[in-house]
Amino acid sequence: MKVIIDQDKCVASGQCVVAAADVFDQRDEDGIAVLLNSDPPAEQAADVRHAAAVCPALAIHLEE
Amino acid sequence: MTSTLNPAGEHPAGIPDYPMARAAGCPFDPPPALRAKQEEGPLTKVRLWDGSTPWLVTRYAEQRALLADPRVSADVTRPGYPSPAPVNGSSKISFILMDDPEHARLRRMVTAPFTIKRVESLRPAVQKIVDELIDDMLAGPKPVDLVEAFALPMPSLVICELLGVPYADHDFFQENSKTIIKRDATPEQRSAALGQLAGYLDNLLGEKLTNPGDDMLSRLTERIKIGELSRQEAAQMGVLLLIAGHETTANMIALGTLALLEHPGQLALLRDTDDEKLVTSAVEELLRYLHITHNGRRRAALEDIEIAGQLIRAGDGLIMANDIGNRDPEAFPDPDRLDIQRDARHHVAFGFGVHQCLGQPLARLELQIVYSTLYRRLPTLRLATDLEQIPFKHDGSVYGVYELPVTW
Repeated sequence: MKVIIDQDKCVASGQCVVAAADVFDQRDEDGIAVLLNSDPPAEQAADVRHAAAVCPALAIHLEE
Repeated sequence: MTSTLNPAGEHPAGIPDYPMARAAGCPFDPPPALRAKQEEGPLTKVRLWDGSTPWLVTRYAEQRALLADPRVSADVTRPGYPSPAPVNGSSKISFILMDDPEHARLRRMVTAPFTIKRVESLRPAVQKIVDELIDDMLAGPKPVDLVEAFALPMPSLVICELLGVPYADHDFFQENSKTIIKRDATPEQRSAALGQLAGYLDNLLGEKLTNPGDDMLSRLTERIKIGELSRQEAAQMGVLLLIAGHETTANMIALGTLALLEHPGQLALLRDTDDEKLVTSAVEELLRYLHITHNGRRRAALEDIEIAGQLIRAGDGLIMANDIGNRDPEAFPDPDRLDIQRDARHHVAFGFGVHQCLGQPLARLELQIVYSTLYRRLPTLRLATDLEQIPFKHDGSVYGVYELPVTW
């Protein structure tokens, strides 16, 4: 799985961090999402898919 | 088209008025007429107070799609915007009623305090506020009104601390907030209340410009000093954050407690658990099940949009009725059952799209702490009146209870 985030679209909801804290983080200064791991292991795939599904700005794209 | 008129020359009675009334005795469920509209189709028409007939979007998938669609505007001044009540120009409350890029420019100035880490760091302070309010309840007389003793002061104390607003002024800002979200307030009353709050915030900003502290308003004054933000924009933002920070959470605490008292099995599960995950899922389920923003999310189409076999025209109004969206059986099986063990994290109680509630991480934290503390410390908590006697907020843009008499 490859994870891509569109930081221009991100609205800093942090829901990706709640869903998959090993893969997503937030910038301290404005909460915009940053990737910790663009190629997460299989056991984190379900959490990452959930993160993409709840992202209100549709800023997370997955290549499976 | 004369073919759509009946012999009396009137439009057929197919377009119902919105908002609709809840059923007597079912204070937690959306109006039955809203359920009927959902069964009719994902997009149907309703009639508003001013005679306009916007689209009512009742299903979860279409609501999410449209709320995330950049061809849909949140600007209250756009033609076709389905306003819940008469408005005048000065009724605009900061970025929630703006589109990008203005919306994004202003919103990003206040996102930092709402990152998951920053909000999580507030946990001990919020826990202390909750514990102290419960201590006061236990030391005082009973029965007590849970709204006044706990549900309203809890989030108000937190947002005052975050913003740097003196809590001593809470009577003033809560009275004005009430007017702003009251459905039957006149445009003049609403505008006057907004003016009062904006003036108050402007004064506070003035003080913080010379005497900054460690709070959100003080950080906004730094933006004012470098010319990124006008003082008026900052005051409007302060009004928005202050209102949004206490009204919504307060209603979730009181209405959520009432719902749990009416579902004792669910309440017992929550009270007796040590599992943080169950507390978290209970909060999500109560947000889904109760849905306190019962007037829907309002938008106007900027372009023609085709969705679910319907053509929405540019200039058409849209109401995303999230309360019934959160009861869509396609998204939540057996949707009318309160089940704190289900996975309800994908609900739309905080909206969706770029306007999703900015304060939702804080609201979630507050509710997790309240729901995991209140019932454990007051294990015999019960209503001190009959359900029929509870006054519900049918007349506001935020649903909840005006009072909740409880004892233990």
